[in-house]
Amino acid sequence: MSRIEARFAQLKKEGRAGLVAFVTAGDPDMATAARIVEGLPAAGADLIELGMPFTDPMADGPAVQLSSLRALKSGATLNKTLELVARFRAKDQTTPIVLMGYYNPIHNKGLEAFIAAAKQAGVDGLIIVDLPPEEDGALRGPAVKAGIDIIRLATPTTDAARLPAVLEGASGFLYYVSITGITGAAAPDADVVAKAVGRIKQTCKLPVAVGFGIRTPEQAAAIARVADAAVVGSALVNEVGAAKTPDEAVTRVHGLVQRLAEGVRSAR
Amino acid sequence: MNVTQRPNSFRIGPDPTGHFGGYGGRYVAETLMPLILDLEKHYLAAKDDAAFQAELGGYLKHYVGRPSALYYAERLTQHLGGAKIYFKREELNHTGAHKINNCVGQILLAKRMGKTRIIAETGAGQHGVATATVAARFGFPCVIYMGEVDIERQKPNVFRMELLGAEVRAVKSGSRTLKDAMNEALRDWVTNVHDTYYIIGTAAGPHPYPMLVRDFQAVIGNEAKAQMQEAEGRLPDSLVACIGGGSNAIGLFHPFLDDPSVEIIGVEAAGHGIETGQHAASLSAGRPGVLHGNRTYLLQDDDGQITEAHSISAGLDYPGIGPEHAWLNDSGRVNYVSVTDKEALAAFQLCARLEGILPALEPSHALAHIMRDAPNRPRDHIMLMNMSGRGDKDVFTVADAMGSKL
Repeated sequence: MSRIEARFAQLKKEGRAGLVAFVTAGDPDMATAARIVEGLPAAGADLIELGMPFTDPMADGPAVQLSSLRALKSGATLNKTLELVARFRAKDQTTPIVLMGYYNPIHNKGLEAFIAAAKQAGVDGLIIVDLPPEEDGALRGPAVKAGIDIIRLATPTTDAARLPAVLEGASGFLYYVSITGITGAAAPDADVVAKAVGRIKQTCKLPVAVGFGIRTPEQAAAIARVADAAVVGSALVNEVGAAKTPDEAVTRVHGLVQRLAEGVRSAR
Repeated sequence: MNVTQRPNSFRIGPDPTGHFGGYGGRYVAETLMPLILDLEKHYLAAKDDAAFQAELGGYLKHYVGRPSALYYAERLTQHLGGAKIYFKREELNHTGAHKINNCVGQILLAKRMGKTRIIAETGAGQHGVATATVAARFGFPCVIYMGEVDIERQKPNVFRMELLGAEVRAVKSGSRTLKDAMNEALRDWVTNVHDTYYIIGTAAGPHPYPMLVRDFQAVIGNEAKAQMQEAEGRLPDSLVACIGGGSNAIGLFHPFLDDPSVEIIGVEAAGHGIETGQHAASLSAGRPGVLHGNRTYLLQDDDGQITEAHSISAGLDYPGIGPEHAWLNDSGRVNYVSVTDKEALAAFQLCARLEGILPALEPSHALAHIMRDAPNRPRDHIMLMNMSGRGDKDVFTVADAMGSKL
């Protein structure tokens, strides 16, 4: 059983949804990002989504764009991101880590080389924003062989005709993008999300995590009532951006994750 | 370097999945996938619809002013003392560049698809002006994304867009040029999927854009072929066009790709010189990668981060290139060369004085290549250049580069 499967099985047993915490590798710098990531499970994150910085994050709003730029400015690279994962994995063998990012840095490293390095580091899944099912075959082959899940995304524009294409070959969990828009945009309406998740669950056997626009414990709780996990990203990287020192960044992110986790855990 | 087998025809791409050899494709967020699949379906239907083509032809004739002239540049030919030089006068189109050909086609497509809002990105502002123009003509609200740096160097075009009723939104992220404007337009589109049509200005982006922009621009090459037949009774010996994303070039080249006697040359912007790293020559100095929905040659660093392009010409200041050009490069059908800012400026001034034509800085790059190449060719060598835009928008930049104050 993969770490992702085990974690969702455990959540099911506990009768609650999970909290997926997104932060960017290298934001504000690699050492601080490592401290942030290492403290996420204790703060209440059930899964970690780690952003791989990219110069042109086309589907991201200002918060994640700025986070990505801070990371690149501090010298973040794909290899250093993988080192961060390896360092985390040496201390924590159960919390799943999913890398989120754009295809070019992976394409640049070489697909086989990237998957081998990701496997070695202890990566559990990949969310590649600009790699829809039509184009992910070349990466999915080696990923499946290595036991790394390609996390597919469904969105409000993914209609009944499109959904089978998204689910074909999906593994780990399904990431439902709750709004049409960029990360950090307006909060989703939980009732609308509930209907969409219900529709998806008719054919999707994987757990469904919902993200985009969730920033408060109350919003996270509302999503936690209707989905298997709630993803929070922009609100967390905003905490990094607002911090005046690395220590403050660590404290702020962990503080918000604690409050979000309380929201998620009290939801049902 | 990717090796591409020599195909039976160079005009059959893309394949049904939107690839030209290993280039192109549909590398977009899932939110946009249903939209681009829908766009492809509608475009293919429109392409075979005689009524759509007739409507398009009508606007191209009466609104754009097509066909554009084929002009023998006699004094330039005499001055250079070699090849006989012709210009395809796309700068005479309504709005002053080839960009309008594509915009008319796409706005008719938007109308056909029932979309009610138009967005676009722009670099030099020519595509923004052309989009604002057709949006005004068809009564659509229109938002143009433009990098802050480009807004500064293309002020006249910004004001033109505003006069045409478009809202110009300054893009402050990244390098604040064309690539960032495209990021921001994609962000708008992903947010406003239900009513918005994104008019991409160059033959790049996710499938079907490289195909449909090329098809709408191929009117350039199709006309030129017939006009050359009339003027000289034969095909030209070589074609020359500048390349940023590559829409004017593919529009001229595509109808000639299967004419083996025609030598085809694309001219990239070498900026301050390839060796300085400050350039926009993605084929000469880039590597294949994935950006803005397609796999193509990109300027990127060792980590796969996109590096900033540089060119004096805002329209060429882009770190990528259309995927069909990437494929034509690898297959050897088109020869891609590069020209520096300085060489382009010299060509701009020469053309103004010898032909009474102020070329845009973009085709000034093509012209600069001709200045190098034409003297080495025999007098019966016919060289056809795409004069893709007029230089009025560039007078401030040129004055600045020449040390004049306006």
